[in-house]
Amino acid sequence: MPEIMDRIREANRAVTTGIDDSAVKHWVTVYIMGKAYRVPADITIMQAMEYAGYRFVRGAGCRAGFCGACATVYRTAGDWRLKTALACQTRVEDGMYLVQIPFTPAEKPAYAIEEEPADGTPLLKYFPELARCVACNTCTKACPQDLEVMDYIQAALRGDLEAITELSFDCIQCGLCAMRCPAEITHYHVAQLARRLYGRSLPVPKHVEERVREIESGVYAEEFERILSLGREEIEELYKKEQREKGGLKSRDASRVTRNG
Amino acid sequence: MPDAKNPSPITHHPSRIPYFPGCALKDQAEAFEESARAAMAALGYELAELPRWNCCGTVYSLATDDLMRHLGPVRNLVRVQELGETRLVTLCAMCYNTLARSSRFVGADPERLERINAFMDEEADYRGGVEVLHLLQLLRDEVGFEEIEAKVKKPLAGVRVAPYYGCMLLRPREVGIDAPDSPEVLEALFSALGAEPLDFPQKAECCGAYQTVSDPEIVRERVREIVSAARRAGAELIATSCPLCQFNLETHQSVAHHPSPITVVYFTQLLALALGVPEDKLGFAGLKFDPRPLLSERELV
Repeated sequence: MPEIMDRIREANRAVTTGIDDSAVKHWVTVYIMGKAYRVPADITIMQAMEYAGYRFVRGAGCRAGFCGACATVYRTAGDWRLKTALACQTRVEDGMYLVQIPFTPAEKPAYAIEEEPADGTPLLKYFPELARCVACNTCTKACPQDLEVMDYIQAALRGDLEAITELSFDCIQCGLCAMRCPAEITHYHVAQLARRLYGRSLPVPKHVEERVREIESGVYAEEFERILSLGREEIEELYKKEQREKGGLKSRDASRVTRNG
Repeated sequence: MPDAKNPSPITHHPSRIPYFPGCALKDQAEAFEESARAAMAALGYELAELPRWNCCGTVYSLATDDLMRHLGPVRNLVRVQELGETRLVTLCAMCYNTLARSSRFVGADPERLERINAFMDEEADYRGGVEVLHLLQLLRDEVGFEEIEAKVKKPLAGVRVAPYYGCMLLRPREVGIDAPDSPEVLEALFSALGAEPLDFPQKAECCGAYQTVSDPEIVRERVREIVSAARRAGAELIATSCPLCQFNLETHQSVAHHPSPITVVYFTQLLALALGVPEDKLGFAGLKFDPRPLLSERELV
């Protein structure tokens, strides 16, 4: 694992440890866990932490705003609000106090989805603490994806699987809602169960049935075997070739589309 | 996607009223909502579901310093204010009670309201003044029982109904929709529908409410008293306005005490039936004790 994290860090070198300080015109001071660091302005919180010497082993992942691993809480100068963000998607500001939340402790209940009724009843069965929601909306304020988190918890209370699915679809499971909730709800686990139940309540689409039939009849067996027999470099080459044929991989940043702006 | 993102536009027409369903009416008590909406449509009213409503709070908090418990109810009142409306109608007696009391609680003390508004800084400040109504108040004070009587298509002639109020519509006095010990709004409604309302001494007593979870024996005792009294008065049906009362009276009615159980309906089911709403919108099939054999004897279904 650390090896992979180092590879990712290397790929980000140009904007972190590789910065030539004499080329930086604007600097800000941020307080990482209370200690002041002078860092280049216009870099992200994650890059700033690496610039300051931190090395991520956990609490960093895709660096593109999709994986939800880099939850951060911070305050900015002159503002009492406790703010939340993804460290890879948020730029440092002068006077920012910040800390990473590398993990949200939460038990994942085990359930056999096929054995649960395809309605709202399993939600309160596995998450009875849902009924502790007082509609304070703190979860919604904490969400870096700008989801209406409280609204889907309220929908869960009345078993409305469709509403939960729609409202929670862009959840990246960063866990900030659960860390802020005074009722100690683990919203993202609730939403995931709801989406699974909702999926079960829908008819299986024709194209899925067809593809499953194809797979079972062995249409793709040969191609799978071939890919599985390739070495790492061969697979990487194959991937690049496919992307070029599709017109992808135009630039390194093509995959860095952010959701928040 | 239901109402969360695309609320039906509410125009300021007097016959279109913001309506708060509550969780039970979307789950256990769908028959209550469906029959009420159909009945109100027959009377020329639209119950327009409040956009982005949340749980009423379920039980009104008696801890006067725990303002957090009032966020839920007050947030619903903010939703009414956002529509530019001043009234909110409820069906569930528990939701009515919680919302009406919370509205008074914050209305009575500007400091409380200020603190709640400061906490809910993502919402517009609640300015107070939203009136929380129960549907029975709307029927009595605005539609009027004479008007309802004039619109009855199937008079419930000879149907003997015991109106069961329970607690939440009547107590405490400041939110009671009628006299706490001798209410008569349900009686007046059923008379207008052509039915025969029966008086019985337990009509405003508690069913045992949430004791059904932790100590169901208490509820069984309460239900036995209530149902026996209604039966002695000659009731064929019991009608209520509370999903929890309905659940308790159905679930804890023991056949050990009497071989034939009494059906417990929502008052809106009888209202809708009398106003000629088609049978498939009355929700009778969802009840534990089906009233249709009785009603078909009277040629009403």
